[in-house]
Amino acid sequence: MALRIGAGDVGHIHDHAKEAYPEECAGALVGMDTGDMKIVVDVWRAKNTHEEDRGRRFLIEPLQIKEFEERTQEQDMDLLGFYHSHPDHPAEPSEYDREHAWPYYSYIIASVGKDEVEDMRSWVLKDDRSGYEEEPIVFV
Amino acid sequence: MPKVKIPTPLRQYTDGSSEVEVGGDTAGETLGNLAAQYPDLRQHLYTGDGKLRSFVNVYKGDEDIRYLDGPDTEVLENDELSIIPSIAGGRCRNF
Repeated sequence: MALRIGAGDVGHIHDHAKEAYPEECAGALVGMDTGDMKIVVDVWRAKNTHEEDRGRRFLIEPLQIKEFEERTQEQDMDLLGFYHSHPDHPAEPSEYDREHAWPYYSYIIASVGKDEVEDMRSWVLKDDRSGYEEEPIVFV
Repeated sequence: MPKVKIPTPLRQYTDGSSEVEVGGDTAGETLGNLAAQYPDLRQHLYTGDGKLRSFVNVYKGDEDIRYLDGPDTEVLENDELSIIPSIAGGRCRNF
Protein backbone atom coordinates (compact mmCIF):
# COMPACT_ATOMS: atom_id res chain seq x y z
CA MET A 1 0.00 0.00 0.00
CA ALA A 2 1.14 3.54 -0.68
CA LEU A 3 0.49 6.72 1.25
CA ARG A 4 -0.75 9.75 -0.68
CA ILE A 5 -0.24 13.17 0.86
CA GLY A 6 -0.72 16.71 -0.47
CA ALA A 7 1.77 19.56 -0.41
CA GLY A 8 -0.25 21.47 2.20
CA ASP A 9 -0.10 18.62 4.71
CA VAL A 10 3.58 18.01 3.98
CA GLY A 11 4.10 21.72 4.68
CA HIS A 12 2.32 21.39 8.04
CA ILE A 13 4.58 18.49 9.05
CA HIS A 14 7.68 20.45 7.99
CA ASP A 15 6.54 23.52 9.94
CA HIS A 16 5.84 21.45 13.05
CA ALA A 17 9.22 19.67 12.84
CA LYS A 18 11.07 23.00 12.47
CA GLU A 19 9.14 24.70 15.28
CA ALA A 20 9.77 21.81 17.67
CA TYR A 21 13.49 21.51 16.81
CA PRO A 22 15.65 20.43 18.66
CA GLU A 23 12.81 18.47 20.24
CA GLU A 24 10.83 15.79 18.44
CA CYS A 25 7.35 16.66 17.24
CA ALA A 26 4.48 14.26 16.62
CA GLY A 27 0.99 14.24 15.18
CA ALA A 28 -1.73 12.20 13.51
CA LEU A 29 -2.34 11.39 9.83
CA VAL A 30 -6.03 11.43 9.07
CA GLY A 31 -7.89 10.48 5.91
CA MET A 32 -9.27 7.53 4.00
CA ASP A 33 -8.09 3.98 3.43
CA THR A 34 -9.29 2.83 0.01
CA GLY A 35 -7.78 -0.63 0.41
CA ASP A 36 -5.13 0.17 -2.22
CA MET A 37 -3.94 3.44 -0.83
CA LYS A 38 -4.06 5.53 2.30
CA ILE A 39 -5.05 9.07 1.37
CA VAL A 40 -4.09 11.73 3.91
CA VAL A 41 -6.56 14.62 3.98
CA ASP A 42 -5.47 16.27 7.21
CA VAL A 43 -2.70 16.21 9.80
CA TRP A 44 -3.36 16.98 13.44
CA ARG A 45 -0.66 18.12 15.81
CA ALA A 46 -0.23 16.19 19.04
CA LYS A 47 1.56 17.25 22.17
CA ASN A 48 4.83 15.49 22.82
CA THR A 49 4.38 14.66 26.49
CA HIS A 50 7.51 12.60 27.03
CA GLU A 51 8.83 13.60 30.43
CA GLU A 52 12.54 12.96 30.09
CA ASP A 53 14.16 13.83 26.78
CA ARG A 54 11.92 15.23 24.08
CA GLY A 55 14.98 15.67 21.84
CA ARG A 56 15.20 11.90 21.47
CA ARG A 57 11.75 10.66 22.40
CA PHE A 58 8.12 11.38 21.83
CA LEU A 59 4.96 10.18 23.49
CA ILE A 60 1.34 10.79 22.56
CA GLU A 61 -0.90 10.07 25.53
CA PRO A 62 -3.71 7.51 25.20
CA LEU A 63 -6.38 10.10 25.98
CA GLN A 64 -5.18 12.14 23.00
CA ILE A 65 -5.35 9.02 20.80
CA LYS A 66 -8.86 8.33 22.13
CA GLU A 67 -9.85 11.88 21.17
CA PHE A 68 -8.29 11.44 17.69
CA GLU A 69 -10.17 8.14 17.21
CA GLU A 70 -13.45 9.80 18.19
CA ARG A 71 -12.86 12.87 16.00
CA THR A 72 -12.03 10.75 12.95
CA GLN A 73 -15.19 8.69 13.45
CA GLU A 74 -17.31 11.83 13.76
CA GLN A 75 -15.85 13.08 10.49
CA ASP A 76 -16.22 9.69 8.80
CA MET A 77 -12.47 9.36 8.34
CA ASP A 78 -9.77 6.92 9.44
CA LEU A 79 -6.79 7.39 11.71
CA LEU A 80 -4.15 6.29 9.21
CA GLY A 81 -1.02 6.73 11.27
CA PHE A 82 1.33 9.23 12.83
CA TYR A 83 4.25 11.45 11.98
CA HIS A 84 7.21 12.34 14.13
CA SER A 85 10.53 14.07 13.62
CA HIS A 86 14.09 12.92 14.13
CA PRO A 87 16.16 16.04 14.85
CA ASP A 88 19.63 15.74 13.23
CA HIS A 89 19.03 12.07 12.56
CA PRO A 90 17.98 10.03 9.49
CA ALA A 91 14.31 9.45 8.61
CA GLU A 92 14.62 5.80 9.58
CA PRO A 93 12.92 4.01 12.47
CA SER A 94 15.04 3.19 15.50
CA GLU A 95 14.89 0.01 17.54
CA TYR A 96 13.03 2.06 20.13
CA ASP A 97 10.48 3.02 17.47
CA ARG A 98 9.97 -0.64 16.56
CA GLU A 99 9.44 -1.76 20.13
CA HIS A 100 6.68 0.81 20.49
CA ALA A 101 5.06 0.51 17.06
CA TRP A 102 1.58 -0.69 16.18
CA PRO A 103 0.64 -2.69 13.09
CA TYR A 104 -1.30 -1.04 10.27
CA TYR A 105 -0.41 2.56 11.12
CA SER A 106 1.79 4.52 8.75
CA TYR A 107 4.71 6.12 10.56
CA ILE A 108 6.06 9.14 8.72
CA ILE A 109 9.48 10.18 9.99
CA ALA A 110 10.86 13.62 9.09
CA SER A 111 14.58 14.14 9.41
CA VAL A 112 14.96 17.75 10.50
CA GLY A 113 18.02 19.95 10.86
CA LYS A 114 18.27 23.41 12.36
CA ASP A 115 16.82 25.15 9.31
CA GLU A 116 15.00 22.61 7.20
CA VAL A 117 13.48 19.16 6.82
CA GLU A 118 16.00 17.11 4.90
CA ASP A 119 14.07 13.91 4.27
CA MET A 120 10.67 12.38 4.89
CA ARG A 121 9.89 8.67 4.65
CA SER A 122 7.03 6.43 5.73
CA TRP A 123 7.22 3.05 7.45
CA VAL A 124 4.81 0.28 8.42
CA LEU A 125 5.52 -2.38 11.05
CA LYS A 126 5.73 -5.94 9.71
CA ASP A 127 3.03 -8.28 10.99
CA ASP A 128 5.50 -10.36 13.00
CA ARG A 129 6.95 -7.17 14.57
CA SER A 130 10.42 -8.13 13.28
CA GLY A 131 11.00 -4.81 11.54
CA TYR A 132 9.55 -2.24 9.20
CA GLU A 133 8.71 -2.07 5.56
CA GLU A 134 9.13 1.23 3.82
CA GLU A 135 5.87 2.51 2.42
CA PRO A 136 6.03 4.55 -0.79
CA ILE A 137 4.84 8.13 -0.39
CA VAL A 138 2.94 9.64 -3.32
CA PHE A 139 3.30 13.41 -3.13
CA VAL A 140 0.48 15.31 -4.83
CA MET B 1 -20.99 -10.25 28.23
CA PRO B 2 -18.59 -7.29 28.54
CA LYS B 3 -17.62 -5.55 25.31
CA VAL B 4 -14.09 -4.74 24.23
CA LYS B 5 -13.50 -1.86 21.81
CA ILE B 6 -10.74 -2.61 19.34
CA PRO B 7 -8.57 0.23 17.95
CA THR B 8 -8.07 0.58 14.18
CA PRO B 9 -4.63 -1.13 13.98
CA LEU B 10 -5.88 -4.31 15.66
CA ARG B 11 -9.13 -4.75 13.74
CA GLN B 12 -7.35 -6.75 11.05
CA TYR B 13 -6.95 -9.47 13.71
CA THR B 14 -10.61 -9.39 14.85
CA ASP B 15 -12.13 -9.96 11.41
CA GLY B 16 -12.63 -6.20 11.05
CA SER B 17 -14.76 -5.87 14.20
CA SER B 18 -14.44 -2.65 16.17
CA GLU B 19 -16.24 -4.13 19.15
CA VAL B 20 -16.14 -7.71 20.43
CA GLU B 21 -18.16 -9.34 23.21
CA VAL B 22 -15.92 -11.46 25.41
CA GLY B 23 -16.58 -13.30 28.64
CA GLY B 24 -14.56 -12.57 31.76
CA ASP B 25 -14.90 -11.43 35.39
CA THR B 26 -11.81 -9.22 35.42
CA ALA B 27 -10.10 -7.01 32.85
CA GLY B 28 -7.13 -9.40 32.68
CA GLU B 29 -9.32 -12.44 32.14
CA THR B 30 -11.41 -10.68 29.50
CA LEU B 31 -8.32 -9.64 27.54
CA GLY B 32 -6.86 -13.13 27.88
CA ASN B 33 -10.07 -14.59 26.46
CA LEU B 34 -9.98 -12.05 23.64
CA ALA B 35 -6.43 -13.11 22.76
CA ALA B 36 -7.47 -16.76 22.91
CA GLN B 37 -10.33 -16.06 20.52
CA TYR B 38 -8.07 -14.11 18.13
CA PRO B 39 -4.57 -15.63 18.54
CA ASP B 40 -2.91 -13.21 16.08
CA LEU B 41 -3.71 -10.39 18.50
CA ARG B 42 -1.58 -11.84 21.25
CA GLN B 43 1.85 -10.62 20.15
CA HIS B 44 0.57 -7.06 19.80
CA LEU B 45 -1.02 -7.01 23.27
CA TYR B 46 1.49 -9.00 25.31
CA THR B 47 5.27 -9.21 25.61
CA GLY B 48 7.04 -12.57 25.28
CA ASP B 49 6.68 -13.17 29.02
CA GLY B 50 2.94 -12.58 28.98
CA LYS B 51 2.78 -9.03 30.34
CA LEU B 52 0.61 -6.40 28.73
CA ARG B 53 2.83 -4.19 26.56
CA SER B 54 3.54 -0.81 28.13
CA PHE B 55 1.99 1.16 25.27
CA VAL B 56 -1.21 -0.91 25.35
CA ASN B 57 -3.68 0.93 27.56
CA VAL B 58 -6.91 -0.59 28.77
CA TYR B 59 -9.74 1.63 29.88
CA LYS B 60 -12.89 0.63 31.69
CA GLY B 61 -15.26 3.36 30.60
CA ASP B 62 -13.14 6.51 30.94
CA GLU B 63 -10.69 5.13 33.49
CA ASP B 64 -7.32 3.54 32.90
CA ILE B 65 -7.34 0.16 34.67
CA ARG B 66 -3.82 0.94 35.94
CA TYR B 67 -5.50 3.41 38.27
CA LEU B 68 -8.19 0.91 39.25
CA ASP B 69 -7.09 -2.62 40.18
CA GLY B 70 -4.99 -3.31 37.08
CA PRO B 71 -5.70 -6.72 35.52
CA ASP B 72 -7.79 -7.59 38.60
CA THR B 73 -10.23 -4.79 37.86
CA GLU B 74 -13.71 -6.23 38.11
CA VAL B 75 -15.70 -6.33 34.88
CA LEU B 76 -19.47 -6.63 34.97
CA GLU B 77 -21.94 -7.83 32.36
CA ASN B 78 -22.55 -4.42 30.78
CA ASP B 79 -19.09 -2.92 31.17
CA GLU B 80 -17.09 -1.72 28.21
CA LEU B 81 -13.34 -2.06 27.99
CA SER B 82 -11.37 -0.08 25.41
CA ILE B 83 -7.91 -0.93 24.16
CA ILE B 84 -6.23 2.40 23.45
CA PRO B 85 -2.76 2.83 21.98
CA SER B 86 -0.25 5.30 23.26
CA ILE B 87 2.12 6.24 20.50
CA ALA B 88 5.79 6.51 21.34
CA GLY B 89 9.15 6.45 19.64
CA GLY B 90 12.34 8.36 19.20
CA ARG B 91 15.61 8.43 17.41
CA CYS B 92 17.92 6.75 19.95
CA ARG B 93 17.73 3.47 21.70
CA ASN B 94 18.23 3.30 25.44
CA PHE B 95 19.95 6.50 26.44
